[in-house]
Amino acid sequence: MVRAMEEYLRPGIPTTPFCPGCGHGILLGLILRAIHESSIDMREMLFVSGIGCAAWIPSPHFDADTLHTTHGRAIAFATGAKLYNPKLRVMVISGDGDLSSIGGNHLIHAARRDIDLKVICANNMIYGMTGGQVAATTPQGSITSTTPFGNPERPFDLCRLVEGAGGRYVARYSVTQPLTLMECIKKSLSCEGFSFIEVISPCITHFGSKNLLESAPKIIQWAMEKCIPREEAEGLSREELEGKIVTGEWGNVEASRG
Amino acid sequence: MGWKRVKASLPPGRYYFSGNEAVAEGAITAGCRFYAGYPITPSSEIMERMARRLGEIGGIFIQMEDEIGSIAAVIGASWAGAKAITATSGPGFSLMMENIGYAAFTETPCVIVDIQRAGPATGQATRVGSGDIMQAKWGSHGDYEIIALSPWSVQEMYDQTIQAFNLAERYRVPTFILGDEAVGHLRENLEVKRWSRVFDRKKSKGRTPFDSKNPREIPPMPAFGEGERILVTGSTHDGMGIRRTDDPDVHARLVRRINEKILLNKGDIIDTERFFIDDAVVAVLCYGFTARSSLSAIKELREEGYKVGLMRLKTLWPFPHKQVAGLSERVKSIFIPEMNRGQVAGEAMKSSRCEVVSFCQTNGEIIPPEVIRKQLMRLV
Repeated sequence: MVRAMEEYLRPGIPTTPFCPGCGHGILLGLILRAIHESSIDMREMLFVSGIGCAAWIPSPHFDADTLHTTHGRAIAFATGAKLYNPKLRVMVISGDGDLSSIGGNHLIHAARRDIDLKVICANNMIYGMTGGQVAATTPQGSITSTTPFGNPERPFDLCRLVEGAGGRYVARYSVTQPLTLMECIKKSLSCEGFSFIEVISPCITHFGSKNLLESAPKIIQWAMEKCIPREEAEGLSREELEGKIVTGEWGNVEASRG
Repeated sequence: MGWKRVKASLPPGRYYFSGNEAVAEGAITAGCRFYAGYPITPSSEIMERMARRLGEIGGIFIQMEDEIGSIAAVIGASWAGAKAITATSGPGFSLMMENIGYAAFTETPCVIVDIQRAGPATGQATRVGSGDIMQAKWGSHGDYEIIALSPWSVQEMYDQTIQAFNLAERYRVPTFILGDEAVGHLRENLEVKRWSRVFDRKKSKGRTPFDSKNPREIPPMPAFGEGERILVTGSTHDGMGIRRTDDPDVHARLVRRINEKILLNKGDIIDTERFFIDDAVVAVLCYGFTARSSLSAIKELREEGYKVGLMRLKTLWPFPHKQVAGLSERVKSIFIPEMNRGQVAGEAMKSSRCEVVSFCQTNGEIIPPEVIRKQLMRLV
């Protein structure tokens, strides 16, 4: 299995740049496995990313066309490429800050247009590459480089945001649920229209270290405890849902949930 | 690939068009099949005509959510193989700057039309100005070269749009048409010829897309979907596009190359036009709509026996320093009227060896011939 995946990786790129304990490496593997299991030729794929740790998942590791763009604009670049060459299967892989904060406008408009992009948002709940500043996805109360007394703001619920904007297939799972996540990526690959997968991939270096989750097992345990399935969440009160991460599938076309 | 002869977008003949409409037709003749933009006065007629025309001929048109997204979509489409264009005005031009730097650094051909209005800020949205000349060159961070053209007529809005695509494709560089409200909304005759020369970007399978041995040479540009597994990044990259963000030699080489590929080809890029220069004692150096007022003033003064001439800059960037230096050796004074605070005058002073007199008007109005005439009378 390990050797079989090598053909998806660009030759000559030695290692990933991700910190030990980071979930992005798991996600990198899951995306390639989903492509492999969907029997998609990498020559049909275009991977577009913005700026930040997650933007380095495809570029330069994936042996396919890749477009590593400016901060926040990956979806807009991808829109141009997809419209001009609809044969390209276009996947956008970027972080939460990139896609939902600086690039939030492009995200909601692409969902509204229902343009056929497969967006994978690696949500580490913080600005990792720049040194751990608060993000629009940081849980309330968390300590970050720019919220030394705790984050006073509420985070975005990205899936509900994208669903509200018209996203066709929307899902959220954590890197601690790899098989489910891979199935979601496969669904997104076969979905025609705008799809959005939020992948909880906690940042051990910046989020973990400041919030008493300073080892990989601890932060993985934290993610597993935080995540509850959508069906279970539907029976809980607002107070009970406080601080939980609801996983599952959403979207605007029933069939796409299949 | 390379030069070819194509039929015009319209049947040959004479058309009564606005400058903005002429840009749209020039783009289609040049082979442009992608437009992404956001509405802004006084450029919107370009977008409106492109929406209809691209729909008729099977091109792609999209109205994006803002100008940042518009230029991003244009760059994405260009890498997918398109000849792509966007049009805007000052505020939108400002928003595009980061991605313009990205296009320069990734050597992405694209055409950006800036129909300049009276700035700064929102300024006078429906009035004329030419305050974006320096921004076109220096608006994004870091050191890079671009090409900028300056049309003075509806005919030139059409011709220079074709030329802008040819330059963008040949040199793999963002190319600007620095029009202004007056030339954008001007309505006059446009002569559409049956045939035009257009240049299509060069491709070469497996060749390095971001480096060349000869600094004058432009590397070939593959497109997404051709199996070339292209790596495009706005980070410092080697010839194959691999990030090298801690290698001083790779960075120095790349920055030098994206600048030199334009500067070493200046001779092919720069175009100027001269009127009554041979025996002139005073010369007007001008561009854009102001060149019309200037020529009108010069013709009048010539009839009265004054030795005045005119040099019109059809190319603003790379700046025609050699031509300005040559002019400055023939005349006593160079007079530069502009609808800004002396942006070209400042640049011209770098190469001029005679007196440079800058005349600035920033009131949202064109500079009338009589004003230029009055100013010139003081110099002759």
